[in-house]
Amino acid sequence: MIDFLNSIIVLLNFIIIPGISYGSQLALGALGVTFVYAILRFANFAHGEIMSFGAMITILFTWFFQSQNIGLGILPTALLALPIGIIATIILCIIFDKFVFQYYRYQKSVPVVLAMVSIGVMFVINAIIRIIIGTETIKFSDGQKFIMKAKQFKVMTGLNEGLALKSSQVITILITILLLAFTFWFLQKTKTGKSMRAFSDNEDLALLSGINPDRVVFTTWIIVGVLACVAGTLYGLDKSYKPIIYLNLVLPIFASAIVGGIGSPFGAVVGGYVIAFSEIMVTYAYKKFFVYLLPSSIEPTGLVQLLSTDYKFAVSFSILVIVLLIRPSGIFKGRVL
Amino acid sequence: MMKFERYEWVAITIMISLFIFVGFIQGWSVSLVILNMCIISAIMTMGVNISWGYAGVINFGVMGFLAMGGLAAVLVSYPPIAESWQAGGRGLGISFALLFVLVIAVMYINKTVIQKRNRYILNSLIIFFGILIIRHFYLNATHNIEDVNPAIAGFLGGLGLPIIFSWIVGGLFAAGVAFVIGKVALGLRSDYLAIVTLGISEIVVSVLKHEEWLSRGVKNVIGLKRPVPYEIDLQNADWFINLVTYLNSSKLNNIIDVSDRQQVLNNLIIDSSGIFVKLSYAILFLIVMLIIFYFANKAQLSPWGRMMRAIRDNETAANAMGKDVVKQHLIIFVIGAAIVGVAGAMLVTLDGLFTPSGYRPLRFTFIIWIMVIVGGSGNNLGAIFGGFVIWFSWIEAAPLTTFIINQLTIGLEPTNALKLHLLDSVPYFRYLFMGLILLLILRYRPKGIIPEKVRHS
Repeated sequence: MIDFLNSIIVLLNFIIIPGISYGSQLALGALGVTFVYAILRFANFAHGEIMSFGAMITILFTWFFQSQNIGLGILPTALLALPIGIIATIILCIIFDKFVFQYYRYQKSVPVVLAMVSIGVMFVINAIIRIIIGTETIKFSDGQKFIMKAKQFKVMTGLNEGLALKSSQVITILITILLLAFTFWFLQKTKTGKSMRAFSDNEDLALLSGINPDRVVFTTWIIVGVLACVAGTLYGLDKSYKPIIYLNLVLPIFASAIVGGIGSPFGAVVGGYVIAFSEIMVTYAYKKFFVYLLPSSIEPTGLVQLLSTDYKFAVSFSILVIVLLIRPSGIFKGRVL
Repeated sequence: MMKFERYEWVAITIMISLFIFVGFIQGWSVSLVILNMCIISAIMTMGVNISWGYAGVINFGVMGFLAMGGLAAVLVSYPPIAESWQAGGRGLGISFALLFVLVIAVMYINKTVIQKRNRYILNSLIIFFGILIIRHFYLNATHNIEDVNPAIAGFLGGLGLPIIFSWIVGGLFAAGVAFVIGKVALGLRSDYLAIVTLGISEIVVSVLKHEEWLSRGVKNVIGLKRPVPYEIDLQNADWFINLVTYLNSSKLNNIIDVSDRQQVLNNLIIDSSGIFVKLSYAILFLIVMLIIFYFANKAQLSPWGRMMRAIRDNETAANAMGKDVVKQHLIIFVIGAAIVGVAGAMLVTLDGLFTPSGYRPLRFTFIIWIMVIVGGSGNNLGAIFGGFVIWFSWIEAAPLTTFIINQLTIGLEPTNALKLHLLDSVPYFRYLFMGLILLLILRYRPKGIIPEKVRHS
C-alpha cells in the first residue's frame, strides 16, 4: 500500500503538476492564437514575441518596484507589475493592428499574406526586445519559492517520496483558471462576446446585422494582449525569462491550437494540456515508478524511457502531424469561437 | 533564350556595383566573403521560389533541408572511421533490417486484414513489440559507436570522397525527406502546411543534434576537406608566387631595396592567397547558381511551368482540366527542397564544418522567406536579387547601425549610459531592418522588387 502511494506521489511530482502548469501556459498561448485565427483569420507567427514583450515589460517594472522596495510579501513582485505589462502589451497589439494588419484586412488579403506580415511583425518585436533587454537569461521570481518542499512533505506523511509544490506553479494554475473562466464567461454571456462569436462564425452575416467589425477586432486584440502577456509572464516566472525561448514556444502553441481544433477556444485549452502532458509523459523515465509498483523480481533494469528528453520538442510536432492526418479539423471541430 | 528587361539590367548592375563598392571600402576579402554567402542564399531562395512562386506550395522547412544538405557534406567527405564500423556497424545493420521487416509487416497487415478494429490492434501490437526489439539492438550499437574515441570521433564517419559530390547527394537527401513530408502534409491548407513544415524541419534538426553516431551531434564535425586549394599550399607554390609578382610588377619595381621588396611581396602573397581561395569558391558557386538559374528559367517557360502557374492560379480549374494537382504539388515541393539541399551542402563546404545546433529557424527559414518575398516570387532573377540584397543588408546592417547611432548620439558623452547600451545592441538592429524591409515591401510592392512577368501567348 505504501509502495502504491509512493508511486502515485512520483507521478504527481514529476508528471502531473509540471504538466498542469506547463499545459496552462500553453493553453493561454494557444487561446490567444485561436482568437486571432477565428476573428482575423490568419496564423499569427508573432504571438510568441508578443508574449515575450509582455513578460519583458513586466520584468522591467518588477525591477522598478524592487528598487523602490515595493513588494507583495510572500508573493512574487511580478504579480504587481503584471497589470502594467498587460496594458503595454495591449497597446503594442493595437499599434501593430492600426499600422500594419488593418491595411491588409481592408484589402481582404489572403491568409498566407497576413501570415507573412506577421513574420515581419515578429522580426520587429524581436528586435525591440533584444535592443531593450538583451538576450541574457533573467530570473525575476522573488517571494517565497516553495509552498511545500519535498522534505516537509516527507516528514508530514512519512512516505519515501517527496512532493514539491513551487509557488509559481500554483500561481500559474490559479491565474489560468481565473482567466479561462473570465474569457468563456465573456464569450458566452456578454453582448460583445456574442458579437465576436457571430463575427467568427459568418463575417458577412454579422456585418449585415449591424456588428461593427472594427470594434470586434479591437476587443480581440485586447483579449489577445491580456492572454499573451499573462502566458509569457507565467512561463518566465516558472522557468526563467529568455527572449530566444519564446520563438521556440510558438511551435508547441500552434500545435496545441491545431490539435484542439483551431478556432475553437475550448479546443485550444484542451490542446495545450494534451501537448504538455504528451511532451512530459513520453520523455519521462518511469524507472522509479515501476520500482515501487512491481515486485522486486521483475523490476526494470533500464530507465523505461520512451524517448530521450532531447526530443521534447519533436513530440509535440509528431502529435500535430498525427492529428492532422487522422482528424485534420482537430479534436473539437474548429472555426467557430 | 531569355532576354532581360531594362530594370532587370539595372538590378544586376546594382548587385555587381555593391560588391565593388564594398571591395574598395572594406577590402576585397570582405566583399568576397559576402559574395559567397549571397550566392548560396540566392540558391536557397531559388529553391523556395520554385515551390512558392511557380506553384504556390508553401515550404517553411528550409532549415531542415539545409541541414540534410549539410549532413550529406559530412557523410560524403569525412573519411570513414573503421573502429566505429567494427564497434556498431553490425548492430545498426540488424536494427535497420528489422525496421525494414517491420514496415513490410505493417504494409502486409494493412493489405490483408480487412476488419478495421483488428487491423488497428494488430498494427499497434506489432509496432510496439517491433520497436522494443529494434531499440535493444539500436541503443547497444549507437552506444558502442559513440564510445569509440569520443574526443575526436564517436561517429561512423563518411565515405571519404571529394566534398563536391555532396552537392548532388545533399540535393538527393533533401529530396528524400521532402518526399516523405510531402506525402504526409501536402493537401493541407497553406497556413497549416507552413506550420507543419516548420515543425518537421525542427524534428529533422533535433535528430541531427542528438543522433551522435550519425552526425556527431552537438559536438560538431570540423576539418572537412575543401574543394579548393589551401592558403598555405598556395603560398609555397611557385606558379602562385610568380602570378602575384607578375600582377603587381609595377608596384614592386618601384621599390628599390631588395629586402623591402621581399617583405612587400610576402604580404601580397599572404593577402592574395586568401582572396584566391575565396574567389575559387565564388566561381564554383557561381557555376552552380547559373546552372540552376538556367534550368529554372527553362522549366518556367516550358509547358510544365505553364501547368504549374495554372495550378497556382486556379487549382479547381486545373484539376477539372485533368491535371493531377496532388502529384504536381509533390513534384514541385521535392524539386524546391532538393535545390535548398544543394545550397545546404555548399554552405557546409564553404564553412568546412558542420554544426547542427547552428540551424535556427529565424536565421535559416524566415530570412530566406524574406529574400523570396522581397526579390519577387515567381521570378528567378528576382529570387537571386532578393538573396543578394537581403544577405548584403543582413551583413552590412551592423556597420551601418553603428554609424547611425554615432551620428544620432553625437552630442552625448562617450560614457553616456544610453549611448553605450545602444552600441551594445548593434547586432540586434539587423532584425529590426529585416522586419521593416519585409513589412514595407509587402505594403508598397507586394509582388516584390522584380515582379513576375505576366506572359500572354
